[in-house]
Amino acid sequence: MNAFAAIIVRDVALAFRAGGGALQAASFFALTIVLFALAIGPDLTLMQRIAAPALWTGALLATQISLEQIYRPDREDGSLDVLVETSDTLAFVALAKAAGHWLSTGLVLIAATPVLALLLNISGAALVPLILSLLIGTPGLSLIGAFAGALTAALPRAGLLIAIIVSPLYAPILIFGAGAAAAGAAGDPQYSANLMLLGASSLFAAVISPLASAAALRFNLD
Amino acid sequence: MPDVAPFSAGLTARNLAVARGGRIIVDGVDLDLAPGEAIVLRGPNGAGKTTLLRALAGLLAPAAGAIQATGERVFCGVRSATKPALTVDENLRFWARLYQSGEIESARNRLGLDDYAKRPAGHLSTGFLRRLGLARLLLSSRPLWFVDEPTSGLDKDASAIFEGIIADHRKTGGAAIIATHETLNAPGARQLELRNAEAAA
Repeated sequence: MNAFAAIIVRDVALAFRAGGGALQAASFFALTIVLFALAIGPDLTLMQRIAAPALWTGALLATQISLEQIYRPDREDGSLDVLVETSDTLAFVALAKAAGHWLSTGLVLIAATPVLALLLNISGAALVPLILSLLIGTPGLSLIGAFAGALTAALPRAGLLIAIIVSPLYAPILIFGAGAAAAGAAGDPQYSANLMLLGASSLFAAVISPLASAAALRFNLD
Repeated sequence: MPDVAPFSAGLTARNLAVARGGRIIVDGVDLDLAPGEAIVLRGPNGAGKTTLLRALAGLLAPAAGAIQATGERVFCGVRSATKPALTVDENLRFWARLYQSGEIESARNRLGLDDYAKRPAGHLSTGFLRRLGLARLLLSSRPLWFVDEPTSGLDKDASAIFEGIIADHRKTGGAAIIATHETLNAPGARQLELRNAEAAA
């Protein structure tokens, strides 16, 4: 197993052990959606119309709560030194960390989506575009979030700061993601355009985030 | 020790200055480390031992001066780099994959951790956690070691184990710089004393 895979495997294992972030994100996601459904009340048509934006917002917020855990523990316990001294290119480490975060957060949220979608009265036909948009968009959320985590790795209780940093950067993904899910459900021809812009956002993040994260990590090494 | 090819690695630093938080805390360090050598770094708290070690290990960019290393470097700090939720073996295996080398059984055995192989690192005592952290030096198979306070929290036996590990490492041509406040039995090791910059100023 090479170092790239080893980092992913370790981070996913840690996320699913006691104190890990995977279940936290999923529980937070479920809580948000359940509360939202309760707040809307029994208006099923309204619920169906705003289900996709609500699920997208819930997934985005649930992603944010675990971002602090991507780099800060590694910096505090000295693991970051080990990652730095064993990597030829720190950007690949950053890419592996983001991938580990997506596998233990984004993918878990997507797995929980069908159940929560049921709660919001989403039809089967609308579920496919929603899941597809989440599959394309949530990697972008993890990549951008990992950069914010790298930037604030040396700060205690950086949760709010991370939320402030990522929120504007998350805006395009939220707009195109929720837009794609809604357009797909309505049979709107803008569906594919939204999906492509969403994919472009994630790909852009996949290129920029590892490089930016690596620079931020080097700065946070002392 | 298994018959490994002897290292021929060394380190040279010239007129080195290191800074922490934007302030120069160690200045004008000239240092030569040849294969088989060891340097014991001493100095009061705040003298910059850790910062100097991290710079020499390549983790911090020096504020001035130059470092030239022949051979790969490994830094082992006070923080053990272990994950409490992973078992001893899982921690070791992760490092072995990162360094692309090392047998985890021999490293674990050398540090006396065999009885704890399947235990989560979070359940280890301070001393055994320290041993686990030091096992990384062996796993790395790298010639240049930079070790910060290795024996703090270790009992007599473990300190002796560490001294033996350093001696074997030097026999195979490796070199080490060790920062410590405690007595360390390392025959032939040079001493480097850092003054406290604050006190000197």
